[in-house]
Amino acid sequence: MSVLLETVGLTRFFGAVCALEELNLCIHEGDMVGIIGSNGSGKTTFLNLVTGYLKPARGCILLAGRDITLLSPRQITRLGVARSFQIPQLYLNLTVMENLLLALAARSGRVGLWARLHRQNWMREGQEILKQFNLDRYGEQRVAELPEGARKLLDIALAVALQPRLLLMDEPTAGVSTQDKFAVMDTLVSTLRGSSITTVFVEHDMDVVRRYSRRALVFDQGRVIADGEPSAVLTDAGVKRAVLGHA
Amino acid sequence: MGGSLRFIPFLLLGLALITAPFVLSGWVLFLLTVAGAKALAVLGVVLLLRAKLLTFGHALYYAAGAYAAGLGVKYLGLHNGFALIGLAFVAGLGVSALLGLLVIRYRGVYFALLNLAFSMVLYGILLKFYSVTGGTDGLAFPAPTFGLIGLSEASLRAQLYELTLFLGSLLFYLTYRFFASPAGYVLFAIRDNEVRVAYMGISVNAAVYLGYIIAGGLAGVAGVLVGLSVGHITPDLAFWSQSGEFVFVAILGGVGSVFAPVVGSILFEFVRNYAFELSPYTWQMTLGAALLLIIFFLPGGVWSLVGLARTRSGP
Ligand SMILES: Nc1ncnc2c1ncn2[C@@H]1O[C@H](COP(=O)(O)OP(=O)(O)OP(=O)(O)O)[C@@H](O)[C@H]1O
Ligand SMILES: [Mg+2]
Repeated sequence: MSVLLETVGLTRFFGAVCALEELNLCIHEGDMVGIIGSNGSGKTTFLNLVTGYLKPARGCILLAGRDITLLSPRQITRLGVARSFQIPQLYLNLTVMENLLLALAARSGRVGLWARLHRQNWMREGQEILKQFNLDRYGEQRVAELPEGARKLLDIALAVALQPRLLLMDEPTAGVSTQDKFAVMDTLVSTLRGSSITTVFVEHDMDVVRRYSRRALVFDQGRVIADGEPSAVLTDAGVKRAVLGHA
Repeated sequence: MGGSLRFIPFLLLGLALITAPFVLSGWVLFLLTVAGAKALAVLGVVLLLRAKLLTFGHALYYAAGAYAAGLGVKYLGLHNGFALIGLAFVAGLGVSALLGLLVIRYRGVYFALLNLAFSMVLYGILLKFYSVTGGTDGLAFPAPTFGLIGLSEASLRAQLYELTLFLGSLLFYLTYRFFASPAGYVLFAIRDNEVRVAYMGISVNAAVYLGYIIAGGLAGVAGVLVGLSVGHITPDLAFWSQSGEFVFVAILGGVGSVFAPVVGSILFEFVRNYAFELSPYTWQMTLGAALLLIIFFLPGGVWSLVGLARTRSGP
């Protein structure tokens, strides 16, 4: 499999805190990678660096061999990297459908100023995406009126609607109750299956990583301390200590 | 009401507006013309408000349009009304395209005050360069021609009214289309979450810049139409209180629809006119009280009364 994303010596400080240290990583085309790690271990910082929201102190980021280190989030998104957020980033005063329509317009590259946003083919596709995410009953509702769980899903749907090559999800099941976590992940995985989207997701729950990823990365204090097949990685005593605080 | 009959109220309204010069007095016609013209500048303010960009300097483009035409008369000897309007439109677009490069990077109070500062710079220039701009005396607009033969003052008034009606309707329709388009919705998106806009691969700067230029062009046309109607322009067109008036009317009308600025603007011109006649010294207080009532009881502006009557308003 070819390498889609590569980081070389990626390093980022916040004041004296080293949020990410000398990260060397390759993500392969078509893979499903779960990142796990305790609070403050640098997971979100990694996503922020890859998508250009933050700039590294050292190191570089390559997307399919192309150096994207200095590009903006907008440029990186246009190269086929989409992400969802730990805290959903949505247009609160627009309807759920309008949020999605904007994603579809953005994907088409036609953010025109004449033809309607509410055009038939986008509405139809938007409806389909809402169904996949079990959000269809919310279509005409303002996002501000949505329950937390639905917002989380819409945040992911907006990223998926862009049909990226690389999808990055920051804690897709955060705020979702333990018994609903698997349902949410099942929805996501079934949506992503069949597509060729390479996926990286950050997750706090070991069971979720074990069940849904093909490769697990364990972050601890800005470093990757384990990398490999999930069930093997997650049974390691050192990993358990780092993630859970006890073995 | 059947879907096929929905255009009938619009048709009747259109007919009434077109035939108004045969019925209304010259003074009322003049007020309507000025209100309709200023509504274009207000529409620009409303457009920017969609992205939560409040400008206290929009009179800059209003004055730029008026003075571009005034200078066209003075130095180029232009008399054709369409040429003057074209000149004003280009001036509004051009100046906003230039200053927009700087102001679109700012938000909130900085955006508002930067616009205010630029408008006051123009005010100062218009005031000081007497030989060019006429200083406080301003510039005069001789009666323009519209490719038609000589006009009496009364028919000029009617012509300017009709011109404002048609040109205004066209620009309002174009803006309506813009509001309903992806680029128009991006302004809402920017208001709500710029981070997500960038993460959709959409350029926030380009969208704000586009909106800013459109708003500038609309104000330019408003400026020349008012100048032609009044027959005379002064630096006051660029004064901050004029910018404040546009914001006032935008809030009075509401930002929910392209029609709101028209309703707000007509209401404002007439209330001001008659409030001034009734009480020359306290009319501002009357207007202030009206705005307070709107803010407390109709936060969506006068237009929201229409929205209450309908289930869902347009873009
Ligand atoms: N904008 C910022 N300013 C200052 N420090 C920051 C900032 N963002 C992150 N940090 C610090 O960098 C370190 C890594 O943070 P990061 O958000 O990447 O952790 P995380 O693994 O995503 O944690 P969590 O599981 O809580 O989301 C932490 O020590 C955090 O306090
Ligand atoms: Mg995080």
